[in-house]
Amino acid sequence: MRSIFQFRQAFLSGAVSSAEATALVLSRLAEREPQVGSFITITAELARAQAAAADARLRTLRAEGLPIPALLGVPLAIKDNLCTAGVPTTCGSRSLAQFVPPYESTVTLSLQRQGAVVVGKTNLDEFAMGGSTEHSAFHPTRNPWNLGRVPGGSSGGSAAAVAAGQCLGSLGSDTGGSIRQPAAFCGVVGLKPTYGLVSRFGLVAFASSLDQVGPLGNTVQDVALLLTAIAGHDPRDATSLEVTVPDYAQNLGAITESRPLAGKRLGVIRETMGDGVASSVRTAVEQAIAHFETLGAAVVELSCPRFAYGVPTYYIIAPSEASANLARYDGVKYGLRQPEAKTLLEMYESTREEGFGAEVKRRIMVGTYVLSAGYYDAYYLKAQKVRTLIKEDFSQAFTQVDVLVTPTAPTTAFPLGSKSDPLSMYLLDLMTIPVNLAGLPAISVPCGFDAEGLPIGLQLIAPSLGEETLLYVAHAYEQTTPWHLQRSPLDGRA
Amino acid sequence: MAVSAPPKTQYEAVIGLEIHCQLTTATKIFCGCSTTFGAPPNTNVCPVCLGMPGMLPVLNEKVLEYAVKAGLALNCAIAPHSKFDRKQYFYPDLPKNYQISQYDLPIATDGWLEIDTEAGKKRIGITRLHMEEDAGKLVHGGSDRLSGSSHSLVDYNRAGVPLCEIVSEPDLRSGAEAAAYAQELRRILRYLGVCDGNMQEGSLRCDVNISIRPQGSEKFGTKVEIKNMNSFNAIQRAIEYEIKRQSEALEQGERIVQETRLWEENSQRTITMRVKEGASDYRYFPEPDLVPIQVSAAQLAQWRSELPELPNQRRERYQALGLTNYDAHLIADDQSVASYFDAVVATGADPKVAFNWIMGDITAFLNEQKRAIADLPLTPLLLGELIALIASNTISNKIAKDLLPELLFQGGSPQELVKAKGLTILSGDDLAAAIDDVLAAFPKEVTQYRAGKTKLLGFLVGKVMARTQGRAEPQQTNALLLTKLQEGVTDA
Repeated sequence: MRSIFQFRQAFLSGAVSSAEATALVLSRLAEREPQVGSFITITAELARAQAAAADARLRTLRAEGLPIPALLGVPLAIKDNLCTAGVPTTCGSRSLAQFVPPYESTVTLSLQRQGAVVVGKTNLDEFAMGGSTEHSAFHPTRNPWNLGRVPGGSSGGSAAAVAAGQCLGSLGSDTGGSIRQPAAFCGVVGLKPTYGLVSRFGLVAFASSLDQVGPLGNTVQDVALLLTAIAGHDPRDATSLEVTVPDYAQNLGAITESRPLAGKRLGVIRETMGDGVASSVRTAVEQAIAHFETLGAAVVELSCPRFAYGVPTYYIIAPSEASANLARYDGVKYGLRQPEAKTLLEMYESTREEGFGAEVKRRIMVGTYVLSAGYYDAYYLKAQKVRTLIKEDFSQAFTQVDVLVTPTAPTTAFPLGSKSDPLSMYLLDLMTIPVNLAGLPAISVPCGFDAEGLPIGLQLIAPSLGEETLLYVAHAYEQTTPWHLQRSPLDGRA
Repeated sequence: MAVSAPPKTQYEAVIGLEIHCQLTTATKIFCGCSTTFGAPPNTNVCPVCLGMPGMLPVLNEKVLEYAVKAGLALNCAIAPHSKFDRKQYFYPDLPKNYQISQYDLPIATDGWLEIDTEAGKKRIGITRLHMEEDAGKLVHGGSDRLSGSSHSLVDYNRAGVPLCEIVSEPDLRSGAEAAAYAQELRRILRYLGVCDGNMQEGSLRCDVNISIRPQGSEKFGTKVEIKNMNSFNAIQRAIEYEIKRQSEALEQGERIVQETRLWEENSQRTITMRVKEGASDYRYFPEPDLVPIQVSAAQLAQWRSELPELPNQRRERYQALGLTNYDAHLIADDQSVASYFDAVVATGADPKVAFNWIMGDITAFLNEQKRAIADLPLTPLLLGELIALIASNTISNKIAKDLLPELLFQGGSPQELVKAKGLTILSGDDLAAAIDDVLAAFPKEVTQYRAGKTKLLGFLVGKVMARTQGRAEPQQTNALLLTKLQEGVTDA
């Protein structure tokens, strides 16, 4: 039992209870956790209670002939920057190491209402700033495919937990690629929804105009089930879109036609297939493109000339917003406070000095600098203008095609500790960042392995609110390729 | 060679006001917490206004409505597209260490209001009006200020209370003008019902920017900011003090330092609070958690149609009714008093008479009893009735005054009261009979009168009044008494 879909079939048929499935997942979790380190907090007791409740609820719903929620009894993991009432929410930071929110994020509340089971809170780069999950204040997470490699980040814990069989699916957050890149590195599926489709209420903010919560899972179908549960308007998030949410999994049945993508137009962004992309990655993506053609899709190559400006634009806008969002961690109200401080300024300085790691400090300083008087126009304002141009590039591209294709990341997972230069880390987000800047939905699906057996991810991008098309195209690809069937060595073939 | 002292320079003050007013919405600007003043510390708070991790602001639509209405009443242009920005600075009373405010696209700009000055009406420009959230309050232990305190406590009840900041053009020239501007602004906001204007509770806070320059000079002097004035009177006196201080400094060849000064009510002077070293950098940028504000033409028209009659319009209407400019100001100052007045006039009462009753006895009663006019048992309809009784000569003014205390406390129909007490005015045969009685009772005085001691008329009128307990109609009494006394002379 690897997917949510499989669990559900067994659960509904009575072959397995949530208590049994949860016990299995918890035992895998405990067994593999010392090696992979996917979690910051494990909520085994809570999970068992939720599983028992789910089993009881199934009986009640059955007896009353009521519909059974798609995620009832499913053991899931939650990125530790999503607030969970009564359960520590650390954001991978010393500043919030002891923080227990008295409130629940909208997305986890939605999961609760469905009767899902939460097995734990997953590791992340501190405040979701990073691409390797090495920047967690607590411990790094390792890649289940190769424990010497990073799982990607910042949702590295959520991706690794799925790949290691420590949960059946998870939630992450994606500001510049933080769901898709770790999904690619860990050989799982990860979706960043359209900005505003999923509520940010209770997601600890990194860069508010870019942050978006999304699902990770073993299959496109699982991701669609999770998205259906968490998407939708939330009056507590002013940037939440007022849209009606379809059942995203509805159209993702067995692929029976020989040309399921006939009539679909796919665009390959020329700028993402050039220098800097590892040959193994390029080859796998080219093969995927060829495969799309065999599925009936018309493939064209096109240009998004401003794509390359995504990274510099992002590294102005995201730190700017982060510098303000993280100003509240000052020791006054909650979280860490340096008790030795004698003055207010000393309290601020020593609390923040101790509370934040190097990467977070770097971004706060960059953000503070680019918003300073005299620099605002040259940096922040210009970045906003470039952001508009990048959006225009995408709009232009979507007049010609339905879905865009790129590698998710230019390389496969790299060794822990190998990226000491922050810039080289930032460049890994080359393919994913423009999507956040434009607020578009995008998914990463496994599309092969490199010579070392490390997974490669394919990114598909759709126009705003094009999740249904996006999921269908990804599903058709996945179901006609073998990649998603391979398990990480850590998960074995059990 | 004798050198006469150069003539003392005449200075002109250039003054602008920044007024922060708390809007009277029931809930805060970005969350559902109550805005009630005076609750126990940190009871009107929630994760949103405490700026806790993952919490998001959602705009209270009432705040936008109030701000737009204030903007319209101040003759501002309302921005069809506006937005919120983050103003960043660290202070413990600011939960997020940024304040959600408006920077380069305020909701309203380019307005004005008119004040009366000795030289006539003067229009004061309003640069901008914007919405923002208030901060919390620090309570310092061991000192009333941060410096010297041993510890500080913070109360976030006020954090997130909606504010409008209204910035005037530097069009004011004296303390009196500044006070008149602030008063008129408060009056407008109160008429709109968007701010209670209570300066003691801090729901209206005024900062003064003031510089002085030689009369006739175009160049601005160095600007000083004054804070901590919690009455209009204090605003006026602080400005007057500051003009004097700065003039004397310049006369002595000193330089004015750009700084923030505090008005000290006890010593009636301003003192240095902090000297500005360069401009502060708030690192404003657009608030990404809130969507841009759009005010549609239809929405704007709707809000415009809901505006009440404003103080200046009301005063003009009252002057057209025959009140003087001064009286119109007096009665229009408080909307509830003015509404009472309107209701009395609507009964057909003479406006000047109604004014005198309201601003005289009734105001005195309200002040003494500390009651609001809206709760007065003597409703406008009843006062109208009382005034009509006088106008129709049913009762005398004196009787009306005698009846007033009872009416003020208990209300009830004046007409019924007059009837029950038998206090209607005496005229015709009844009056003639009363006069005959008096003439019969004072034969000596009548004789003396008729002999030429006409001063005794007053005495006799008084006796008639006493005999009728004030009910005798004064003019008729005079006339009839004279006639009867004259008759006696002819007969003699």
